[in-house]
Amino acid sequence: MAKLTFKTDNCKGCGLCVEACPKHILRLAQEKINKKGHHPAELADESACIGCATCALMCPDCIIKVER
Amino acid sequence: MVVFDRPHAMLDVPLHYCPGCTHGIIHRLVAEAIDELGIEGKTIGIAPVGCSVMAYDYFACDMIEAAHGRAPAVATGVKRADPENHIVFTYQGDGDLASIGMAETVHAAARNENITVIFINNAIYGMTGGQMAPTSLPGQVTQTSPYGRDPKLCGYPIKVFEMLSELEGPEYLERVTVNNAKNVRAAKKAIKKAFQNQIDGKGFSLIEVLSSCPTNWGMTPSAALKWIDEKMIPYYPLGVYKDRSAEKEAAK
Amino acid sequence: MSEKVLMKGNEAIAEAAIRAGCRHYFGYPITPQTEVAAYMAKVMPKIGGTFLQAESEIAAINMVYGVASCGLRVMTSSSSPGISLKGEGLSYLAGADLPALVVNVQRGGPGLGGIQPSQSDYFQATRGGGHGDYHMIVLAPASVQEMAELTVRGFELADKYRMTAMILADGTMGQMMEPVSLDFNVAPVPEKPWATTGTKMAREHNIINSLYLKPDELERGNFARYEKYAEVEANEARYEEYLTDDADIIIAAFGIAARVSRNAVNEARKQGIKVGLIRPITLWPFPKAPFKMAADHAKAFISVELSMGQMIEDVKLATECRVPVTLCNRAGGMIPSPAEVLAAIKKISEGGND
Repeated sequence: MAKLTFKTDNCKGCGLCVEACPKHILRLAQEKINKKGHHPAELADESACIGCATCALMCPDCIIKVER
Repeated sequence: MVVFDRPHAMLDVPLHYCPGCTHGIIHRLVAEAIDELGIEGKTIGIAPVGCSVMAYDYFACDMIEAAHGRAPAVATGVKRADPENHIVFTYQGDGDLASIGMAETVHAAARNENITVIFINNAIYGMTGGQMAPTSLPGQVTQTSPYGRDPKLCGYPIKVFEMLSELEGPEYLERVTVNNAKNVRAAKKAIKKAFQNQIDGKGFSLIEVLSSCPTNWGMTPSAALKWIDEKMIPYYPLGVYKDRSAEKEAAK
Repeated sequence: MSEKVLMKGNEAIAEAAIRAGCRHYFGYPITPQTEVAAYMAKVMPKIGGTFLQAESEIAAINMVYGVASCGLRVMTSSSSPGISLKGEGLSYLAGADLPALVVNVQRGGPGLGGIQPSQSDYFQATRGGGHGDYHMIVLAPASVQEMAELTVRGFELADKYRMTAMILADGTMGQMMEPVSLDFNVAPVPEKPWATTGTKMAREHNIINSLYLKPDELERGNFARYEKYAEVEANEARYEEYLTDDADIIIAAFGIAARVSRNAVNEARKQGIKVGLIRPITLWPFPKAPFKMAADHAKAFISVELSMGQMIEDVKLATECRVPVTLCNRAGGMIPSPAEVLAAIKKISEGGND
């Protein structure tokens, strides 16, 4: 069971994590806007996350914490 | 169990970089190397003028902001102030390292100054809004090469490692990129080695990181990473350009 | 009285710096100050210090910036064209409030100029030299003994005020040999809790920086720096007066020009002309007080300079233009002779000011 924690307010919605996810389960939340005015990244399907941390590896703003 | 989190050497503050700019990834890799080597308390970083001039706000170690291009000279002073106890790195862009600061770069390399240089090559001046850099590719459109870089008018891009590897001085030169997870892992390994070399007293280590500038390239962050693959890597091939210790080892 | 040794001015600077605790020297060859580098190259390796010939004057001043950031006494030396190249670094040192010692053994300019002595970098030294609002403490030796003493004093003042101190000498001072006493009392280096020496994981990180993108913050820094400068002006102005008490004519001169002028004063006194000399030892802060006082009784001032007339502006400001100030000068590496200065004195004492 993997757990991702996003520091959502620091997300700039660049989407590099979304692109990097091998399971294609990340998305930019179109219905949400963070303090910076971006659609922040979020995990669409928690149960499918394998905790590989590829998203965190590609995040330029260091906002993703990965636990397994 | 935490498998990934912000490294201690990187302060928990928002970065000022544009969305998708890979500076943040490279900052993190440097901080991870500092953490893993346990050297934060003795590390002094130097960031000269460029997009990363405010890197002093992001690293937890002592930091110095330097004049444009002069970081290797400042680093020389910092290192020689206490060679036993100071671990010194510079974090420089392409305009800084390969244009205005070329003399400082070449001479620090020639002296095999025992420092670690992180060189961000994104083929453009980012901070001032996207002008032609010494590493801008032929044909590349920038604010100051609006019709594409014409080598007949403004010369050819500078391939820093192809120059520096001819010198006897430098210990370690490796070109990496951070445009996908595999390359990020390789970049991390190179950056860590560049610090380890300094700890071991081996001398000048320079890691060139092919980096993206989505804003000034006029691309999405994801398209910018692909541009590195398609345009930059063919011109600036990845790999180790010099590893003196490995060469010595092989010669045995 | 301690034992004296015969030394060149440039060598006296180097030896005094070492005795002041400077263990890091960075330079680039240029006439007429290269003996400083040569001396350092010989001595530093033997005492565990660093001598490094940099790739340029620009690199040298930035190496100084690096060592100064770490809180150690550090210096560079050069001559006029080289100091121009260091201008950028001088501005950064000021912006980051770093202490350092910079020696300028001046030669004639502008451009490549010549290699003979000059005082034509007075404006550059006292008004900054680089960009932005800032000052350096500028010390003007007039003997080899002072080359040594002011070097020590320069390090002390630099540390005390977190400023760059500059020794503004000239080719004559650098090349002449005189007996020197090297027996100094050196003030201990103050604590520098701001220095970037590694956090040791025991404190917040230190930052050496001159970038402030918020204008109100940058303004506050400038105001604070100028409060410090006011303190320097109030406490550190130094000068020497010679026969000024009853003088009708006052000569203002520093460095080699002051030595020449002193001979002219003696000769004029023999001829019954009441003339005296004020020799600024600090050029910034400029010693305004003795000039202001002398303007109460003197009828005229003569600024004797190895330039087209630079210090004369400070003399006029200090005397509040109450008394005429004329210029007696040579330029381009020429030195006024005592006879030329005497002629200038006589011209005024005989009634002409123009």
